[in-house]
Amino acid sequence: MKLLVPIKRVIDYNVKPRVKADGSGVDLANVKMSMNPFDEIAVEEALRLREKGVASEVVVVSIGPAKAQETLRTGLAMGADRAILIQTDDEVEPLGVAKLLAKVQEEEQAGLIILGKQAIDDDSNQTGQMLAALLGRPQGTFASKVEVSGDAVAVTREVDGGLETVSLTLPAIVTTDLRLNEPRYASLPNIMKAKSKPLATKTPADYGVDVSPRLATLKVVEPPKRSAGVKVADVDELVAKLKAMGVAA
Amino acid sequence: MKTLVWVEHDNASVKDATLAAVTAASKLGEVHLLVAGKGCAGVADEAAKIAGVGKVHLADDAAYEHALAENVAPLIVELMSHHDAFIAPATSHGKNIAPRVAALLDVMQISDILSVESEDTFTRPTYAGNAIATVQSKDAKKVITVRGTAFDKAATSGGSGSVEAVSSTGEAGTSRFVGAEIVKLERPELTSAKIIVSGGRALKDAETFQSTIYPLADKLGAAVGASRAAVDAGYAPNDYQVGQTGKIVAPEVYVAVGISGAIQHLAGMKDSKTIIAINKDEDAPIFQVADIGLVGDLFKIVPELTEKL
Repeated sequence: MKLLVPIKRVIDYNVKPRVKADGSGVDLANVKMSMNPFDEIAVEEALRLREKGVASEVVVVSIGPAKAQETLRTGLAMGADRAILIQTDDEVEPLGVAKLLAKVQEEEQAGLIILGKQAIDDDSNQTGQMLAALLGRPQGTFASKVEVSGDAVAVTREVDGGLETVSLTLPAIVTTDLRLNEPRYASLPNIMKAKSKPLATKTPADYGVDVSPRLATLKVVEPPKRSAGVKVADVDELVAKLKAMGVAA
Repeated sequence: MKTLVWVEHDNASVKDATLAAVTAASKLGEVHLLVAGKGCAGVADEAAKIAGVGKVHLADDAAYEHALAENVAPLIVELMSHHDAFIAPATSHGKNIAPRVAALLDVMQISDILSVESEDTFTRPTYAGNAIATVQSKDAKKVITVRGTAFDKAATSGGSGSVEAVSSTGEAGTSRFVGAEIVKLERPELTSAKIIVSGGRALKDAETFQSTIYPLADKLGAAVGASRAAVDAGYAPNDYQVGQTGKIVAPEVYVAVGISGAIQHLAGMKDSKTIIAINKDEDAPIFQVADIGLVGDLFKIVPELTEKL
């Protein structure tokens, strides 16, 4: 079985994003970029399934600018077998991404597609679900455990208040939650090896997909600053405040 | 506009998250609800009493018992032929189902909205709340999820909606519910808790974390959270993690104990209504966002606070 893992190049999670003064967006010039953390978990899970013998090949795919190649090379250095870059300088919304991935899946016929549950830049949490809808396949979102057996995958999902397990008929779409695994680091030899692994470059037009945006971003602003608070001197004063707020009886 | 709202429920009663979604929907016009589940007629009756609700669509069928997206999405798509917008609370069900509906309708979803600016314009957080985007949808139909803490809850009485049964679209046949471990937590669940008590690296170790944070949380009826530093150091399990790569919370009250307030952490909790910080370092960044701060040794303050509550 082949595994398809879509990954996204995003601002590094340690960087504090700066909103541009003209309100047009977030300043990404000269900012450290990395693989979306949830996607690292997706790559790791795919590699573990391959190591267990469940999967034979892991293909990473990314949609974005030429620099997204670096993200794909990171995936290859972690252990993925080959990569596909769908190159575009335009920002592609989750719906467009899902449509492109559906086309990739038509060609690749993966048994399982593993995505991160959300990207830490647009925070949409949509692509996996949308892809599942477009393919007419089942979805196991917010996965904390994935077990493939025969033609089905059991996915334990993190839901409000606990866990639930669903069984999905393959091919299926899984999106990863934080608890699924601890992603490995790419070793130096593997980073070197990754440079010679195959990376195919395509464009949205190759797939005949219209990725023009449906949402117009009118403006981007910083969140309202919190007004300065007060410092209390001791516990009694804090308790009094809590009581005034109705938090404590 | 006619808006269809997904009612979050457990086949017994309406969940709170629905009420905020109803408020958001009422800003768009006429509000209809969808109660899908098994043996959930009681939920529909309860939902019909929510203030401002016009019609309640009741889809009672075994296929909907566990709100599997594969089964529920086609039902919603069918109902969307006579609705202009679909709204779900940004709960794990809502986030699971809504994008599937959006893709089937060929529209872009607007996730986790904070406000309704007009019929087609909304604000939503991006970059873990570090940037607030105002977005305008060009799609004919809107699919939206609503951040529960950003809207007031609609009143649970005063409404007089009519309940109308809708026929089932049946099982998609590609997914099956196996089981759930909805643990009856001793404490509320993190993302839906009204009060959260969160501990950081200053708690020293797992035992100290438990013996310090848990009693205070129990006193307040609060959920327990942790900073990434505390999770990485093994003081708390990682599903407790509040932050950009953990859970994003916005409770009424967030009590940060021994947390310095790194960007990573603030991203996950700075939309809390009231932030209370207890830290011995008076220059800790957490005090810049805290509404109430207490500088001092948490090992003395927290037990005293627990005692006095």
